[in-house]
Amino acid sequence: MTRAERARRRAGARDPLGLRRAMSDRLLQALIAAMALLAALTFAGARAADGFAERWRSGAESAVTVQVPEPSLTRMALALGVLSVMPEVAEANPVDGERMAELLRPWLGDQPALPLPGVIEVRLRDLNADVALIGDRVAEAVPGAVTEAHGVWVARLAALARGVRGMALAALALVVLIAVAVVAVAVRTGIAARQESVLVLHQLGATGSEIAGRFARRAAALAFGGGAAGAALAVPAFFVLARLAQPFGDAVPTEGLGGLPWDRVPWIDLALVPLAAAAIGWLTAQAVVRRWLARLP
Amino acid sequence: MERSGPVVRFDAVGLAYPAPGGGLGAEVLRGVSLALDDGSFTWLLGPSGAGKTSLLRLMHAALRPTRGAVEVLGVGTGAAPRRTLPELRRRIGVVHQDLRLLPHLSIFDNVALPLRLGRRPESVIAEDVAEILRWIGLDHRAHARPEELSGGEQQRAAIARAVVCRPTLLLADEPTGNVDASQARRLLALFAEMNRLGTTIVIATHSEDLVQRFPAPAMRLERGRIRGHDEG
Repeated sequence: MTRAERARRRAGARDPLGLRRAMSDRLLQALIAAMALLAALTFAGARAADGFAERWRSGAESAVTVQVPEPSLTRMALALGVLSVMPEVAEANPVDGERMAELLRPWLGDQPALPLPGVIEVRLRDLNADVALIGDRVAEAVPGAVTEAHGVWVARLAALARGVRGMALAALALVVLIAVAVVAVAVRTGIAARQESVLVLHQLGATGSEIAGRFARRAAALAFGGGAAGAALAVPAFFVLARLAQPFGDAVPTEGLGGLPWDRVPWIDLALVPLAAAAIGWLTAQAVVRRWLARLP
Repeated sequence: MERSGPVVRFDAVGLAYPAPGGGLGAEVLRGVSLALDDGSFTWLLGPSGAGKTSLLRLMHAALRPTRGAVEVLGVGTGAAPRRTLPELRRRIGVVHQDLRLLPHLSIFDNVALPLRLGRRPESVIAEDVAEILRWIGLDHRAHARPEELSGGEQQRAAIARAVVCRPTLLLADEPTGNVDASQARRLLALFAEMNRLGTTIVIATHSEDLVQRFPAPAMRLERGRIRGHDEG
């Protein structure tokens, strides 16, 4: 027996229905790849929305600002001193006067005579701390000092992030449904191409699960390939997104191999994409083939 | 294995195929009652359209009766759950009139199909398939595709696939239609040898010559009814 004959015999043993040819549709893999890319980006969008919400909550929500009118060195030091001994305060930093002037220039122009208040940024140890109480104690020590929390804004931003996340998950569900439909059409085409062979196997005593299993393994393999290609295509998109999202995050920009932010790519989520695609392919093929076989005795 | 009672039993069986407009069409088999003993050899005779193929399909559990009761190898196929039928079919060898070899597989792989479905080890499969192909004179065509074979060679390959598992019941529909007289005699000798070893055999044929060469009980089917049961 030649090597080619041995290879053909192995192929015959593994694939008696000839599904490698009947379901070799590259279009299916391309479509799955496109959907995997969409799913990866959508999922990343959902995760990013979650991440932003969390960051805003842990960053902005804990940030309380104390404005000190007539910010003399003494008054500022007094306010900082009061804040620093409070157990609920994690950190209190005065905002540099020049930076304040710089930030306000677009609105106020160069008006050095305008009396700007001194601003102290406060990070809270506990989000549930009573900001009004902190404000009262600061105002007691430094008359005229005003303390402000940003709770309302944070709530609005968090609601927006939740909305974005919900939309992303709905889009993800839609992608999954389309993937199921695409695989179902491909499996039906495969059944139509190999109808006689399926009937012969059935008559020789193959069980429904044996026949469905062959289609399911083929569909899962194709979907896995498509999913892996889609996930690979998503990596450059993640690099771009990571760069765009950098200014919103508080992480120090990292430059990895080739100057790319490798650590900002959700590798585990990406690895799950081909596995999820394979699972969708397997389950869909099982359902379609078993339903088709149910008409036989 | 000794079995009590007949291997195949039909009791007032009727069969109708689904009509194109829904419901059932006219019965192609009517009031068929028969019993085939374990280890028997039976010719199934009758003109085209008499219902021979439908009768064989009922024996193979490829169809369920629409009336009456069919029992094959102890399984009542009319009411048996679907999951029990594959196991039954694996004990039955079938040679179809249209052969039904899988065009994308080699002759070796076609013949190996029933053994692979039975999850036999590949080494055993290689041995068994080589042996049956040698016996049937197709060992030199093992790696050819069905389309590369003559009609007679394809018929022999289909027979090899039906008998490779040493089935308890062998059903053959015009198994010698495409082979010459000497090949037909050789195939008949194979069937006779299997029957001698205990396989129950039913062969549907038009060939009176074949029947004369191997006298055995014959059932005559006409317009869906059994008209006679000769004892050979």
